[in-house]
Amino acid sequence: MLDKIGIAKRIAQELRDGWYVNLGIGIPTLVANYVPEGIKVIFQSENGILGMGPFPYEGEEDADYINAGKQTVTILPGGSIFDSVTSFAMIRGQHIQLTVLGAMEVADNGDIANWKIPGKMVKGMGGAMDLVASADNIVVAMMHTNKRGDSKLLKKCTLPLTGVACVSRVVTNLAVMDICPDGFKLLERAPGVSVDEIKAATEGRLMVEGEIPEIRI
Amino acid sequence: MNKLVANATAAITGIEDNMTLMLGGFGLCGIPENCITALVEAGVTGLTCISNNAGVDDFGLGLLLQKKQIRKMVSSYVGENDEFERQMLTGELEVDLIPQGSLAARCYAGGAGIPAFYTPAGYGTEVAAGKEVREFNGKPHILEEALAADFAIVKAWKGDRFGNLIYNGPARNFNPAMAMAGKITIAEVEEIVEPGELDPNFIHTPGVFVQRIFQGSNYEKRIEQRTVRQRES
Repeated sequence: MLDKIGIAKRIAQELRDGWYVNLGIGIPTLVANYVPEGIKVIFQSENGILGMGPFPYEGEEDADYINAGKQTVTILPGGSIFDSVTSFAMIRGQHIQLTVLGAMEVADNGDIANWKIPGKMVKGMGGAMDLVASADNIVVAMMHTNKRGDSKLLKKCTLPLTGVACVSRVVTNLAVMDICPDGFKLLERAPGVSVDEIKAATEGRLMVEGEIPEIRI
Repeated sequence: MNKLVANATAAITGIEDNMTLMLGGFGLCGIPENCITALVEAGVTGLTCISNNAGVDDFGLGLLLQKKQIRKMVSSYVGENDEFERQMLTGELEVDLIPQGSLAARCYAGGAGIPAFYTPAGYGTEVAAGKEVREFNGKPHILEEALAADFAIVKAWKGDRFGNLIYNGPARNFNPAMAMAGKITIAEVEEIVEPGELDPNFIHTPGVFVQRIFQGSNYEKRIEQRTVRQRES
């Protein structure tokens, strides 16, 4: 089974040289720590940064320089700053090659829910709806089940949707899956996790073809 | 031409109960701190506030929420604020949550004379309820209307008495789009400079969009998530 860092490391393998990448809050943010050697990607933060760098050294933090998670950050040489309209032009206009975000639920047709639990939690969608509605390449980082052990990979989302039929790939603590016309297609399983365990933890349709290799991180 | 006013109190003259305001900022970054304080002191109520976020409990728009001066919030993300959540769940506060890119574009559209536009964001979700859907290139889009405000209040780094503004870092965020959209736009800046000091090539908000400007004071510039790394020894 993978922990959060393992999920981030596996997603980092999706990165390709020269890509512009938007990372959501939580596990997705960790992906920036595991960019494979020899490739260069540029991270976008939707509050107005291209070329987001590491956190500042203590004493060098600047309140004007934050990321979309409101954390203090730095800008790398070659980076740029822009306003929110321009930022979402990059996103909506499909100038960003990869979007990684978290989810509460994903359905086997690629629907995603991650912004609201009616009556309990209403924080808002932030930029997530714009991101999922426009990007071609959307990878979701999430736990396969909730704390009670219920599957978060469903036939149909129960929570209010963030986007419709938009997710391309899901990386969980148990598996890597693509969204295909017939549901989740199992590509890789986490170390020590059997295909049967993944089947048991997946409520949505799961296609398993041939031998399923272990995730290598 | 002189758009310079003395301070925040003078700048917010004319803001009355039940008006609609746009307020720049992302989280607590790039918010008009001085004008928010002045609005608390002025005690105007029934406000509709269009702002990406709603501050935190004791800072930013949270200060207006504490005093129950806001009737409605139009935002994209409102976590990090318990009083906000309480007022929303009890129904005291009306909340319109809209996707962040649509929020920015709706402000821009309001200032740019574009009454509405189509966007894919929110199609198939609660956000699309009651909105016209139209396909372009085989993909469904929803019609979003421009936002307007009686006053837009923005925060910039430097400005001059013509109203030209430049921002610092990602504190720019929603400020330029909102500056365009106010019937009256108030800019508070950290430093007023003489006309000509700002290079015309690097003006972010041209002065035409700004009606009042003043140099703010005592900026707290609070950081929500102070995150640092250790120096390698």
